[in-house]
Amino acid sequence: MIGAALPAAMLPSGPLTLAIPEISLACAACLILLCDVYFGAGRRGLTATLTMVALTVGVALTGQYGLTTQRFLLFNGLYVADSLAGFLKMAGFVAMATAIFYSQDYLEQRAMRGGEYYVLCLTALLGIFVLISANSLLTVYLGLELLSLSLYALVAFDRDSGIAAEAAIKYFVLGAIASGVLLYGMSMLYGLTGTLDLDQLSRIVRRGPDAALMIGIAFVVVAIAFKFGAVPFHMWVPDVYQGAPTSVTLYIATVSNLGSFALILRLLTHGLAGAPAIWTQMLMAVAVLSLLVGNLGAIAQTNLKRMLAYSAIANAGFVLLGFATGNNAGYQAALIFTVAYVITTLASFGMILMLSRSGFEHEEIADFKGLATRDPLLAAMMLALMFSTAGVPPFVGFWAKLWIIQALLGGNHVWLATFAVLVSVVGAFYYLRVVWYMYFDSPGDRPVPEARPRMRLILLLNTAAVTLMGLLPNALLSICQRVLP
Amino acid sequence: MITLAHLLTLSAVLFALSVAGIFLNRKNVLLLLMCIELLLLAANFNFVAFSRHLGQLDGQIFVFFVLTVAAAESAIGLAIMVVLFRERRSINVEELNQLQG
Repeated sequence: MIGAALPAAMLPSGPLTLAIPEISLACAACLILLCDVYFGAGRRGLTATLTMVALTVGVALTGQYGLTTQRFLLFNGLYVADSLAGFLKMAGFVAMATAIFYSQDYLEQRAMRGGEYYVLCLTALLGIFVLISANSLLTVYLGLELLSLSLYALVAFDRDSGIAAEAAIKYFVLGAIASGVLLYGMSMLYGLTGTLDLDQLSRIVRRGPDAALMIGIAFVVVAIAFKFGAVPFHMWVPDVYQGAPTSVTLYIATVSNLGSFALILRLLTHGLAGAPAIWTQMLMAVAVLSLLVGNLGAIAQTNLKRMLAYSAIANAGFVLLGFATGNNAGYQAALIFTVAYVITTLASFGMILMLSRSGFEHEEIADFKGLATRDPLLAAMMLALMFSTAGVPPFVGFWAKLWIIQALLGGNHVWLATFAVLVSVVGAFYYLRVVWYMYFDSPGDRPVPEARPRMRLILLLNTAAVTLMGLLPNALLSICQRVLP
Repeated sequence: MITLAHLLTLSAVLFALSVAGIFLNRKNVLLLLMCIELLLLAANFNFVAFSRHLGQLDGQIFVFFVLTVAAAESAIGLAIMVVLFRERRSINVEELNQLQG
């Protein structure tokens, strides 16, 4: 295996237009930064509007030119365009637009009006897109860093908040260690195979356990586990979720999850497809620990953002379980789970943003007491969201968990499946506690939430999507099966 | 004669040193940033060593990118540290304990 570099194969090269999502995003980020500097000071909300326009244009251009059903390689094989990339990028555009929509009022009220916020969100999305289309270790690294560096800056965006600065420095230090570890693992893979190209890597790495290969893969898996916030590399998740401004937490919890999914998909299931025995074992261990720590840790929390952070750890465990099966059904289930989780979590954090007012962060679980009498509609939506995350039918979260468990059973991992079901039951407790507070506790002197009709409408649509996808699960299933054949 | 094994040992030592530095240091955030730089340099060293051993340029080109990203990374790290210092009047690692649970 050592030094077995293949001659550069003739690569089928696609048209440059397939990279239109990245091209449009990069141009938009630069233009919006300029516009913000020149005109932003006088006109509030200009940058946010421009960002929404840029995302809409991006969706339109991607729909017109960027989608493909075949697999094309661009830029000498550094970049891949396939149906999965198209799907994930569309999801990224929509998720970010929704996130921006939820965040606008929150940012206005807290005087975080700098246009850099939107530009950083756009560059983070660009990083995610590069990661989604990465076909070389180099592109994986660059995409991941573009995403991470933007997120570090976003977490520290509220310059007057001490806990945001603390969360940012913790995130930064641990994230930088993770990327260093990833690089070290990549350098070992490069040394063993003599190639940075993921296609070639997947052809060369065809041997069983090999000590050096195992160390290289272990380093890569550590970095992936960190990015997912999986145990034992989860220390940053609760702190960052709690410390960051809620709009940034929303972004990290949803949009950047698509990036983590792409990272594991491109690196492990494609690049290291030849040595699944090594990394599936590691993923299983990480996933089991995450499910345990996430679900048990969430019970003790009183802060909703922190509780959702532990819930994110547990959900990362589920996604990793899907990958740990090492077969296609598992990857599809992981994709469905990621999409379902992103949609549900968008609305859950949107709810916190909806209920927050200037000078008041609605982030303690106790703040939800008696919400059903104060605002029945919002309480009903929160009920649906909590049920979906807990995995109660008929919401989409139920199907997501069911398919992961089916994939586990299909791969003869009966114990893992049983374990996943058991911890989900434990997990249901803390989601239901929120519901209990809303419906069976007295509101006290807690105020009636503000009306905000526009935001309410989007939240309603988002929750309706969660419910509809649960009622008609086959649509999501067939899309995911088509893009990840 | 310096062989690949020597170079890899050196980079492994650098890697171990930086990780040890990150976890043993309880005083100063600035030292953490320096250890992170060392970590990236250890990986770079590996890339260059392998690249030379394999007789290819890919690894060395990768190093250029890593160096650039590392510069951006330290810029952001220092900026966050400045924000932290403005809020806390301290960059002591042990005082980073407001977020717990």
